[in-house]
Order: sequence, then structure tokens, then C-alpha cells
Amino acid sequence: MGILEVKNVNKRFGGLQALGDVNLSVAENTVHAIIGPNGAGKSTLLNCLIGKLIPDTGSVLFDGESVLGRKPFEICQMGISRVFQTPEIFGELSVLENMMIPIFAKRDGAFRMQALSSTAGERDVLEQAEHMLESLNMADKRHMHSAAMSRGDKRRLEIGMCLSQNPRLLLLDEPTAGMARADTNNTIDLLKQIKDERDITIAIIEHDMHVVFSLAERITVLAQGSPLVEDTPEKIKGHPKVREAYLGETA
Amino acid sequence: MFGLNQKDTRLFLIVAAMTLLAPFILNPFPEGTAMAQMFNAGYPDLMQRFVIFGILVIGFNILFGLTGYLSFGHAAFLGVGSYAAVWMFKLVGMNVVPAILLSMVVAGLFALLIGYVSLRRSGIYFSILTLAFAQMSYNLAYSVLGNPASNFNLTNGETGLQLLLDDPRVLGESVTADGSIPVTNFFGIAMRDSFNLEIGGWLFTFNAGYYLAGIIMLISFYISIRIFRSPFGMMLRAVKSNQQRMNYTGLSSRPYTLAAFVISGIYAGLAGGLLSSMDPLAGAERMHWTASGEIVIMAILGGVGTLIGPILGAGFNEYFKNILSKINDEVLHQWLSFMPDGLENAFVGVLHFFVGKGWHLSLGLLFMMVIIFLPGGLVEGGQRLARLFRRRRPSDDDSQKSAQSTPAE
Amino acid sequence: MDAILLQILNGLDKGSAYALIALGLTLIFGTLGVVNFAHGALFMIGAFCAVTLQRILTLSTITIDETQKDFLGNPLKVKTPYVESWFGPETGAAIIDWSVPLAILFAIPVMLLIGYVMERGLIKHFYKRPHADQILVTFGLAIVLQEIIKAFYGANPIPTGAPAAFRGSFDFGSMFGFDPNTIIYPYWRMVYFAFAAVIIGGVFAFLRYTTFGMVVRAGMADRETVELLGINIDRRFTIMFGVAAAVAGLAGVMYAPINSPNYHMGMDFLVLSFVVVVVGGMGSLPGAVLAGFLLGILEAFASMNEIKAIFPGIDQIIIYLVAIIIILTRPRGLMGRPGVMEE
Repeated sequence: MGILEVKNVNKRFGGLQALGDVNLSVAENTVHAIIGPNGAGKSTLLNCLIGKLIPDTGSVLFDGESVLGRKPFEICQMGISRVFQTPEIFGELSVLENMMIPIFAKRDGAFRMQALSSTAGERDVLEQAEHMLESLNMADKRHMHSAAMSRGDKRRLEIGMCLSQNPRLLLLDEPTAGMARADTNNTIDLLKQIKDERDITIAIIEHDMHVVFSLAERITVLAQGSPLVEDTPEKIKGHPKVREAYLGETA
Repeated sequence: MFGLNQKDTRLFLIVAAMTLLAPFILNPFPEGTAMAQMFNAGYPDLMQRFVIFGILVIGFNILFGLTGYLSFGHAAFLGVGSYAAVWMFKLVGMNVVPAILLSMVVAGLFALLIGYVSLRRSGIYFSILTLAFAQMSYNLAYSVLGNPASNFNLTNGETGLQLLLDDPRVLGESVTADGSIPVTNFFGIAMRDSFNLEIGGWLFTFNAGYYLAGIIMLISFYISIRIFRSPFGMMLRAVKSNQQRMNYTGLSSRPYTLAAFVISGIYAGLAGGLLSSMDPLAGAERMHWTASGEIVIMAILGGVGTLIGPILGAGFNEYFKNILSKINDEVLHQWLSFMPDGLENAFVGVLHFFVGKGWHLSLGLLFMMVIIFLPGGLVEGGQRLARLFRRRRPSDDDSQKSAQSTPAE
Repeated sequence: MDAILLQILNGLDKGSAYALIALGLTLIFGTLGVVNFAHGALFMIGAFCAVTLQRILTLSTITIDETQKDFLGNPLKVKTPYVESWFGPETGAAIIDWSVPLAILFAIPVMLLIGYVMERGLIKHFYKRPHADQILVTFGLAIVLQEIIKAFYGANPIPTGAPAAFRGSFDFGSMFGFDPNTIIYPYWRMVYFAFAAVIIGGVFAFLRYTTFGMVVRAGMADRETVELLGINIDRRFTIMFGVAAAVAGLAGVMYAPINSPNYHMGMDFLVLSFVVVVVGGMGSLPGAVLAGFLLGILEAFASMNEIKAIFPGIDQIIIYLVAIIIILTRPRGLMGRPGVMEE
């Protein structure tokens, strides 16, 4: 039984069958990549996982509990963190403040009214945030306006913000889309490091095969809304069905 | 000091000193001179407005400045607060403390109701919802709940709610010994009491009402600094910056925005209660949506999202209005008398539209200019000037080069 | 039955004004994505176009008629409008009498120009700024425009009459077999409704059947694709801003006889027009028209004495109540498209 279980999920948009009978199991402490050509239903699947869409049928279980119908903040509190395609950070806040917010959220829950205590007096949170920034090699940028950073740094910060909450599952949606080569490699290195250092499950939706094959331990190939194959990267590489799906070759 | 960092303490002390010394600062010209008539602003009525509108805009800024939710209906809370205070004067007594407390409570509850509904939507929908609510409240106050003929006359409609000789005032007297309506007071100190100090040609007025309102403004200002520097304030800025990320960080943005909305509603109610305490009369026009627009104007003029901006904006707006409305054609002719006659008349003819009764036009133009060229208001203007000076002395520049995000001041 | 019919009729003229202003607001929002708080001011300027034309037409020469004396025994000063001296007294008087309908011809170029200048000179610079800034700058502009009008025309309402032919009322009831004088309806309000129907029909036809309109609609739906086709959509949107301004202006011109123009009439209509737009569904043109008429009629019904006896003052708040309920239960409004201004 995996930490994330997707069972018989169907989703239609009008006449279009976006997801057809998707079954997927992500094992704990693995890096699981979901790949597939454009229009294969990757984003729809992801949106079903994080509560943005509710499938017509089927279930999505995280650690045995259903995530369907829950609000994003509740899903996050269950232990699922999400990294977006374009880095979603608090652009108007400093890097350090960006890092403090998830730590506050982890400590205080969805809402806590601390209107009269001083942020500067929250030693524990500050320390944790500083520590996290150091481990990301971003300590020197702590007072920078986060919107002014490079895309690669924003991505780094976003991943760090997710990690600071010690999630059990990290969902990444094309984390290197639109990035320069150097930034892509940095991100890959960061994710590798996370994988080595922590007990964490990573599910990654990706287009870039370089990223997929440097990271993934399991790969699911989606095509036309349904899983085509699921296997290790080595086996996926030469798989005739995968080639067919991507290149349109008839086997 | 008081749990503020050094910079904030300095800012607070400057504001405190300016507030307490305002009767001196605002009366720089000797009494009776032409300059005094035009530019002195140290009389009680105007000074009270400075600080009361300061409170109002400080509260508005906690909502708009931190969360970015633009409420176009804030005057409703001001109006509700005013009515609540006048009712307290009518039913209970003329002490301003219970009246102001009731204003805050009533406005807070009203804000909770309106905020709970309006905050289900964001962006332009939120603005229009608050606008609709405020205009509905105005209509309710103006006619529906204010029919003098009905038993349930809450607002007294067009005339406005005022004190009468036969009001009960259970904890005080309905009528004073000399047969008039008693005056509002703070444990015996009448709000309208003033102490005049004459030094040479100068006349300085120290008004009890002004000092009460001023001290309350300082407390409000202090609380707003604390909110800005608190984790709660940081969350509010996070709402403005990226709600998506916030929700996927395990935070629920709605209670944060609602709390900010209610706090700013309480501030507005407090301001309304103080207005009634200074002059126990509450009218529906305080709730009209253009009055809400004026709150927005004051906030923008000063600098949204900054600590000192609201006070500057409120003060500037009131002072500007006061001076412009005093300038008439005669004054203009005096000022421009150095010009050849034809030119003088032409200038006066043009300027005529911008002064006196035309001050609205100048204010509207100024407001547009600020939005177009100086979105950060007076505070940004000040910062730009400071930077300009700094550039003149290049030696200072090096240390400041790194793009630091300075938290709002 | 007759009371219901009467209220529907009463709702039509106000509903027409709401619909016309909301139509323009929606055109601007749908094309340019700008929330225009100055739209009410355009309506007001339209009404003052009627006032202005009336003043121009009644410009007079003063001649002294020695044969007549006034009560002080001085020779009587006779004002003769230029138009009367040019076209003869009868034609001249007719022209003056018809000044409001004639003002349509005067208002169209004026409003198109104002709209064009407004868009190029101000709004253009705010496309990339937050909606809050757009609201604020157009709100500032609305204040400035209304204060300019106040400076030139004063603060008092200026009565502006409809042509004499339309001044009476029409006994609607007797036509349909009701008792005479139960359902009477001023002629001019009927004209206003018909006029609004023509303008609305015209705008829809323009968008539907002309190539220009087709491109604009395509641009409203998917701006990027239209731009990729090499079409200068910006210029067309600018023209649509002018059209929206003209629609608001014409609504104002024809409203002048119903309600004497004053400088703050735009602000008065603005809030309600926004409510109409939101109820209709942000970005939906048919929604704006439908909601305009519905709310106008609803307001008329709420002001019936029978209703007011049960809910005192309901006529003052009914529109807001309905709007709040609709926004909360149907966030897209009656006919809104998905994806427009959603969170």
C-alpha cells in the first residue's frame, strides 16, 4: 500500500475524457515521476490530487485518508506540499519572511491571531528559517526582495518553503519548466540532496526527460488520460509502448 | 521601547511629539495677521479632524495596505459609530468613554457581518460588494430607519440624530441647571474646554477634546505599528502577495482577512464615536459612498501600506481642503497684484476654478496625479527626495547598493 | 393587473438607463479589462451635452423694440435667438423645441472624442496596473469631470424640456381595456425606452454583423490569438471605448428631460450600474442589459405602496439586497462567462 493511492479515477470535461480509469500507487520514500505527451492528462491528475478538481468517480487516498473535497490548506496540513510550475512565492516579502511563513503555519495551524507579538521576538521560528536558508545556500539573500531573485533561486526558495514544513509528500509540477540549463541542474541537485537526506516521498510531473531520468525511481507514463505503463526508468527507456505514445510510431 | 524596535520607537516618538505640540506647530503665524488667517490650522475643530481622520485612515490602511482588499464602503462603519455614540449620549449620559466603547463594539459587529459576506469574493467583486453594502446602509440611515414619524426612528433621517432636552440620560442629567443640553465630557472635563496661551502676538489653543482624540490616535497608531510588525501582520501581507501560495502552505486566508476587516471597522467606529463626542450630531451623509471614496483618497495621498502614510494623508487632505476653501478671488488678486493687470485677471480667472468652492477639483486632480506618478503617496515622495539628496553625495551610496527589501515604515 | 403593468412600465425607463450604462461598462471591461469608475461621469456629460446645445440654440440677439414699453416705460428689449432670425421664427422655434433630440447629433462626436482622449491619455497607461489602481484613477477622473461641470454649470439641476409633442402622457390603460387614467405613461419615457432598445440593438448588431465587431468579439474571447493573426486589436479596443462612452453619453442626453441634469447624477447612477454589471455577470453584454431592465422593474415594484406597507423602505435597498444575494449564490452573475475576474 503506497502513501498515495489513486483508484479508478475518471474525469470528463464535456465530451472529453480527461482521465480514464487512472490507478496509481506511489510508494513511500520513493521519487515517482509521472510523464506523458501533451494532453495526456498530467495536469488534470495533479489537480485531482491537490483538491482543485474533484474526479467524477474514484478515490484519492493519502496515507489511507481521502483528500477529495478538502480545501488546499487542509490538504497541506495532511502533509502534502506542492511546488508549482511557475514558482509561487510571496514576491512582496523578503526571502527570510517567505521562509518564516510556512514555519509559522506548521506551528500555529491555519489561523492564529498574534496581532500584538513581535515577529522579531519569535526566536525559534527565526532560527529555523535561518537554518533552512543556510542549507539552501541562500543565507546571504535573506533580506532580498524575493520577487527580485532569478527564477532558479525562486524555485529553490519555494522548495525550501515546502520542506520547512516536513511534508511527507512533495508534489512537483514541471519544476524546471522555462529554466536555464544551469538553473535546471541546480534544481536537480537540490532534489537529489533532499532525496538523500530526508524521508520524503516525491511525486514529480515533468516534461524534461533529463530531469526525469536523473531523479525518478519509478515512472508512470500517461497517455490519453490513462496510465500506459509503470516501471523503473531503465525499463521505461526502451519500452515500445512509450515510444509509440510519444512518437506515434506503430510498434 | 514598548516592544518596538529602534526605528519604530523613533517614528512613534516623533508622531507623539508632533501630536502633543500640534497647537504650537500648526500656529506658526502671529494671531490676526493675514498669514495666520490663511495658513494657521491650530484651532480645535480642525486639529480634532486631523487626528480623528488619522485614526480612520490608520484603520483603513490595516485592511487595504496590508491585505490589498480595497473596501469602498468604509464610511459605513464611521457612520454606524457616530450614531452609536449619539445614542449613548441620549440614553445613558454625556461621558464620552462609554459612547466611544459602544461605537467600537457596534462598528466591529457591523464589520463582522459585512466582512463575513463580502470577503467571500476578492478583487473587484469585493470592492463592489462593500460599495453596495455601504450604499445600502446609507439608504437605510437616510430614509428607512430614520422616519421621524415612525416608532423605530434610529437615525432621524435627513436632519440627523441630535441631542434633545427630553432625552433620558439615565446616568446623568437630561437638562442642565440653566436649561440647556449638557455637554460631552471625559469624567467632568468638557470636550469643548480650551485653554488659551498668549505669547507675544501668538495665540495657542489647547483643547480638551483635541488632546483626548490625539492620545487615542497615538494609542491607535501604536497598535497599528505592533500589528505591522507581528506575525499576524506578516500573514496579512502574505494574503496580498500570494493567496495561492498561502493556501498551499496550510494557511486559511479568510479568517486573516476577516480579522483585518473587523479591526479596521473598529478603528472606523472609534473615529465615528470621537466625531460624535466632539460634536454630538450624526448624519447619514457621513456614510455616503463618496465619503468612503475620500477615505481611500486620504490613504493613497499619504502612502498605502506604510505606517506614517495614513496620518500624513489624513492631515494633508484636511489641511489642503481647509486652505483651498479659504482662498477666494480677492485673495488671489492680492497675491498676484505684482503682475500686469491683464495677466493678473487671466490668472485669477483660471485659478478661480481650483480654489474656494472649487477645492474638490484640485483635490481630484491631485489625487489623480498621485495615483499616476506617485503610487506610494507622500511617503514615496519623501523617499524619492531623500534619494535625490543622497545621490548628490555619492560617498554614502555604496553601502546602500544591495537591493534590500525594507519593510514598510 | 393594471398596477403590475404600470410598475413594469415605470421600471422600463430607469431600467433602460441602467442597461445603457451597464452595457458601456461591460464593453469597456470586456475589451480593455478596465473597471471604469468614470463611466457615470460620461452619462452625466451626455446629459450636459443636451443642456449645452439648448443654450447654444437659444443664444440671442437683443434688439430694442421702440413700439413696445415695459412696465417702467422703457423701450422693451426683445431677445431673438439667432436660429429664429436665421431660419425664420417658426422653424427656429421648432429647432429650439427639439434641442434634446438634436443633441444626439451633437453628443455623438463629443462623446467619441472624450472617450478617445480618455483612453489614449489615461486609461492606456493603466492596463498593466492592478485593478485597484484602475478603480482609483477612474474614480479620481470622475471627481474631476463632475467638478468641472459644476464649475461651469453650477450646482443646481438645470431643467431641460422634451419637445412639446412629447410632453403629455399616454393613456396606456384605455388601449388595453382598462379603466381610463389608471395606466398613464409619459410619452417621453416611451421614447426613452424605444431609444434605448434601438441603441442596444445597434450595439449588438454592430458587434454581430460587422467584421469590425466580429474581430472585437474574438478579441474579447481570446486576445492573444487575435493578436497573433496580425490584427491590431488595441486600436479596435480604443474605438470600442469611444463607442461605450458614446452609449453612456446618449443615455444621458435622452435622460435630461426625465431628470433635470445635475453635476452629481453620474455618481448617483454609477453605483447602481456597477451593481447591474455584477448581477448580469462581469463581461456579459446580454447579462448587463437583462440585469438593467430586471433591476429597474424590481425597483419599481418595490416602490408600490402595497409592498412598502409590508416592508417599509424596501424600495431603497431592494437592488442592493438582490445584488448581494446573487453575488454570493451565483458568483458569475446571471449570464457571466467562466474565468472572468475569478479568484
